[in-house]
Formats: sequence, structure tokens, C-alpha cells
Amino acid sequence: MTATHFLPRQHLQTLLDQLDALGYRCIGPQVRDGTIVFDRLSDATALPVGIGAHQTPGRYRLEHQDHPRCFAWANGPQALKPLLFAPQERLWRTERDDAGRLSFTSEPQPMQRQAIIGVRACDLAALALQDAHFAGPRADPGYSRRRRDLLLVGVECGQPANTCFCASTGDGPAISTGADLALTELDTGFLVRAASEVGSALCDALPLRAPSDEERAQGAAEIEQARLRQCRSLPGRNLRESLFANLDHPRWDEVATRCLACGNCVAVCPTCFCSTEREQPSIDGSSSTHLRLWDSCFSAEHSYVHGRLLRPDTRTRYRQWLTHKLGGWHDQYGRSGCVGCGRCIAWCPVGIDLTAETNAICADASESAQEAP
Amino acid sequence: MTSPPSPPFEPANTLGRRPRLAVHKLSSCDGCQLALLNAGESLLTLAERFDIVHFAEAGIIDVDAEADIALVEGSVSTAEEAKRIQAIRARSRWLMPIGACATAGGPQALRNLADAEAWIASLYPEPQHIDARPTADAVAAHVHVELELPGCPVSTTQVLAALASLLAGATPFAEQDKVCLDCKRRGQVCVLVTQDAPCLGPVTVTGCDALCTSLGRACYGCYGPAENPEVATLAQRFAELGLDAEAVTRRFLFQQSGAEPFQQRVRAWHPKLQAGSATASADRGRDLASADRGSSMLSSMTSGMTSADRNLSMTSKEDDDD
Ligand code: SF4
Ligand code: SF4
Ligand code: SF4
Ligand code: SF4
Ligand code: SF4
Repeated sequence: MTATHFLPRQHLQTLLDQLDALGYRCIGPQVRDGTIVFDRLSDATALPVGIGAHQTPGRYRLEHQDHPRCFAWANGPQALKPLLFAPQERLWRTERDDAGRLSFTSEPQPMQRQAIIGVRACDLAALALQDAHFAGPRADPGYSRRRRDLLLVGVECGQPANTCFCASTGDGPAISTGADLALTELDTGFLVRAASEVGSALCDALPLRAPSDEERAQGAAEIEQARLRQCRSLPGRNLRESLFANLDHPRWDEVATRCLACGNCVAVCPTCFCSTEREQPSIDGSSSTHLRLWDSCFSAEHSYVHGRLLRPDTRTRYRQWLTHKLGGWHDQYGRSGCVGCGRCIAWCPVGIDLTAETNAICADASESAQEAP
Repeated sequence: MTSPPSPPFEPANTLGRRPRLAVHKLSSCDGCQLALLNAGESLLTLAERFDIVHFAEAGIIDVDAEADIALVEGSVSTAEEAKRIQAIRARSRWLMPIGACATAGGPQALRNLADAEAWIASLYPEPQHIDARPTADAVAAHVHVELELPGCPVSTTQVLAALASLLAGATPFAEQDKVCLDCKRRGQVCVLVTQDAPCLGPVTVTGCDALCTSLGRACYGCYGPAENPEVATLAQRFAELGLDAEAVTRRFLFQQSGAEPFQQRVRAWHPKLQAGSATASADRGRDLASADRGSSMLSSMTSGMTSADRNLSMTSKEDDDD
């Protein structure tokens, strides 16, 4: 068990300064447009101090609360995914010379060490899945470049949202792996655990002290409370069999009458990895840029095969999303593709709740599961 | 669009001359022509690569010129335009309607839902001088078209990309993604989820780079319906957000009221408005004009703003025009 330290609240800025001194560009949570987004952060006062996030299906509202904490909210629409799997990325450029010869140049990947503050347990679990997809044997150069030298400061969740169910998927709210530093926030400061060499070195440079027994106990109690407060769950951690046995369940038709096929669930999901590619030709005919963009299994192009759409309607698209996420992922990456962050529930414009859909479709699985809804 | 666009135009270099480009205008505000004029340096390149034979806003006028590619702005709204679009088709190899008017009738297609003759009679002292068909139609309702580029105004980037592809002998890309996907790709925060704003992004095809939501406002669908648009589902959501039935309907009646999927909402709200769509058939307007529509709902739709609209104006810039 790694040692737990305590960082008094007034020294939080020192953490940012140390990261800056080590050459990291710090990214952290900030309030913007009525939510919490991750952006360039150099000043600890820019963190969401005294802000909570009220999330229900299809609705997200920030709340002002009377406390000094700056991580007392569950999550916003995005965290790590857009920072690593870029929503839009130039892959290569094609040039044509006067003789009509083509040359291809890959886009240079700028090198920048990044430190991300305020990463949640669910986001770390999602990162492991994105790593398996993008940084596996056929590594994606852009992703790998951004992933390398990434320093992660995780903060455990004391205030899960109504939409969170990471306890059910086993991915939170406590941080077990994946972060360089894991923080637990108390009113007076942070319990700090180093979980990597980089994290330990960072600890050595911070004005840490040993936590009191009360501080330790309070931290543990808050995270346990957060786990117990979660009100949603999936009927099991491996629903592959159950989903594929229920491909004709009437619930697919029913959910299709409520779903917009807008793809917002995919876009906010920290594990979804689908992309499409586009060509951007210049009007003078001398060059073209090849782009990769986020795609979603709710879009037509995703199932376009040789003159026909395999999934022409909302029913088949919603079914693709859920059966891949909770079923096919087991075959690909050995676990479900859901880490229980609840984003797809809060950011669905019509508030479709994937746990409710899954519980309806996999009713047979819930009888045997240890965590029945 | 679930099938790919028509096969590509022959590459420019097999023509043995510069390809000829015409930019025609039907009933419209000229905004799409201006979107092209606004292309900056690209406009100069365009003029080098094409022989621009007709482009009124740029001062080049030869409406009868033969063209390899003809862009058409505006809806078919008069008898003269109905004839002219046939002539344009006959003289053009690739016909590409641009903008909301040319692809769905535009704002003027609101008259498709009303008794246009009665409107004209109430507005003009001598209505016999007005040449207006009972409906404002999309170009495709009259002639075959190769590719439609929607938007109010059309996206300059999309037009240039389509022309660049054609010059290279490639099939131009036809956008199908919804505004929501673009909105998320740009890291924008959803105004529907955070502000209860009645955003049309979930049913609208992108091409605008999610312009309105990038400014914190709800999309009002000026690029028109995307493929698989769940209009009834979104209308139901707007009702849950507190919009009354008329206010919900009005969300679908801006630049793209003539698009069939948006008209479904109009019919669901008021079944007597059997307009069909401006894109379906050039003839169905006559049935509409003779249909019984003596409805107070209709007149409220076409006259003053209701209180629900005033609420909407917080999130939709087009209400400034009311
Ligand atoms: S499926 Fe939903 S709850 Fe699960 S990881 Fe994705 S966004 Fe989060
Ligand atoms: S198929 Fe759908 S659910 Fe699966 S990764 Fe792609 S977008 Fe996500
Ligand atoms: S489940 Fe919700 S977010 Fe996902 S496609 Fe359907 S309506 Fe959009
Ligand atoms: S703001 Fe509008 S376009 Fe953007 S995600 Fe929300 S509903 Fe879609
Ligand atoms: S109304 Fe919608 S489609 Fe039109 S520019 Fe705004 S966001 Fe784009």
C-alpha cells in the first residue's frame, strides 16, 4: 500500500507550479457555458470552487454551494477523450506538382508534455480501454504521441451525480490504478497518494505532511458514501450473452420511438472510438488535406457498405450502440465498454437512460447478477 | 441521402478548355451568391480555373450561356422561373442547387401552407400584376439535379469543396451528419441539455460547423433535415420543455419549412395543412391553394408573434426578423 500524504488546500497552487516547472502544460476543469470543461489551467483559483453539478437524464445544471472544494462535482461532457483521441485531426496532406506527381506528407505531431488535473476514476478506466484500442499493436501515431508523457492527477468522487453508476461497473468512485497522483478532497485539503515514479517525484517537491487519522477516516468515509449514494446500476458486468440473445426484444422498437439517433451519447462516451475520414481539396487543385473525425454508429455513413445501409433506422442504430458497448466489447477488449460515467444519460437530449434500457432488455440476466437493479 | 450522389463529372483536363461555371438566381435574397463572393482569395482561383459565364452578383451576365456546372440560388416561385429552370437544366451538365431556397423553397415556401392568392390580394392593391405561383418550390421539384448543397446561406467551404472535387474528376462529398455530431466535435456545450433551448441540431444536417450552437444559441435548422430525422421525437421533447403545440411547430418553419420531414410536424400539429413538401412535386401546390384552410391557427402562424415565440427569441436569432 502506497503512503498517503496530505496537501493543505492553500498549497494546491504549488502543485500547478511544480508541474509547470517540470515542463508540463496543465489542463484542468473550469466552468464554461454552464458546465465543467477541461482547458488550460495555470491558476488554482480558476478551478470550479464551490460548484456542484446537478445531472439527471437529459439535463445538466451547475449549482453554487457554500464550501471551498473545487472537485465537488461528478463530471462534465468530456474529460480525457478529446485530449487524446482528437475530435478532428489532420492525418496527411497530398501535394501535386506541376508535372502532376503526387507527394504525401504526414502531419507533424507537436510534442507537448501535458498534465491533466481532476481526472475521475471512470475516466481512468475509459483511458485504459482507449489505450487498448489506439495504443495497442497497431498504435495510432497521433494518439500515442499525445498519450506519451501524459501526467494524470486523479481526484476521487465524493459527489457522484444522479446519473453515475461507476460502482456498478466496478470502475469508481475510488481510484485504484491509472493515475500518477490520486487525490481525495476534504474541506481543508487533499489526501495524496503517489501511484507512479513520476507521481512520487512530484510528491517529493510538494509541501506535504502526514494526514491525521481523522483525515484518513473522513476521506475513506466520503468515498464509501459516494459509492452507496449511486442510484443506477447495470444488471451485471458481462451482459454479452443476454444482449445477443435478445436482438429481437420489443424494447428496441420502443426505445427507437424515443431516440433521436443524434449520436450525442457516443460523442460524450469516454470509450467510443469510431472515426470517419474526409478529404479537403484546395480549390487550386494543388493539394488536399486528409482528415479524421469522430463518427458514431448513429450516423448513416457508419453502416454504409457497398451501396446500402446496414443500419438504416434508429432501432438498428441504438441496438448497435448498446450491443457493441456492453456486448461486443467483451470480445474485443475483454470487458464491457461502459465505465459507468453516466454521460450518455445526462447529455442525451431526450434523456434516454442506458441502464434502464439494459435492465429492460437483459431482464433474464438480472436474476443471476449480484447487483440486481 | 442514403445513396451516393450521381457519378462524377468528367475531369476538367479532358474537356480541352476551362470548364464553364454559371451561377443562376431564382427567387432568393442573393445571400448564397454573396457567400460565394465572400470566398476571398479562393474566388480569384475560382475565376482562374473556371470560365465564369454568368454570375450576376459578380457583374457577369449571360443568363443563356451553356455551362458545365450551374449553381442555382433561389426557389421556383413564378411561372417565368418554372420555364427558366427548364432552360437552365437543358444548358447545364451539372446542376447544383445551393441554399435553403433552391433545396427546399426557403422562407418563401411558408406560403405553400397558406392561401397564397389571398395573401397577395390582401397585400397588393392590384394583385393582377403579381406573378407568383401558389407555391415556392425546390429546384429538384422541377428538374433533375446532381447534388444539393443546403444552408441559409450555403456554406462557401462546401461549395468550394464540391467544385474542387468536380475539377479533379471526383464525386463531391455529400454531408449527412447531424449538427449534433459537429457540435460535439467542436467541443461545444449542448444548449438543449444545459439551457432547455429548443435546438434543431438532432434533426438537422450539418455543413455550417454548428455555427449557432457555437454562439450558445439553438440551431433553427437552416441546413434542413438530416437523413433519418426523428422530427416527431424532437417535437415531443420540445413540448416537454414547455413549448405549446404552435411554438413547437414554428421551430420547424423557418428557412426549411418546405422540407418534407419538417412538414410532417406541421401536419401532425394541424392535419388540415396538407401541403406536402416543396421538394415533392411541383403540382401539389395547386391542391393546397384550393384546400379549405379557414383556420385561426394558420393566421396566428402567419401574423404576429405569440408569447411562446417571444420565449423562443431568446435562443433563435431569426425571430429578430418577425
Ligand atoms: S456508455 Fe454511457 S455511462 Fe457507459 S461509459 Fe459510455 S457514456 Fe459513460
Ligand atoms: S460502434 Fe458505436 S458504440 Fe461502438 S465504439 Fe463505435 S460509436 Fe461507440
Ligand atoms: S440515446 Fe440519446 S444521445 Fe444517443 S442517439 Fe439516442 S437520443 Fe441521441
Ligand atoms: S446544442 Fe443542439 S446541436 Fe449541439 S448537441 Fe445539443 S442539441 Fe445537438
Ligand atoms: S440554424 Fe442550424 S443549420 Fe443553420 S447555421 Fe445555425 S446551427 Fe447551422
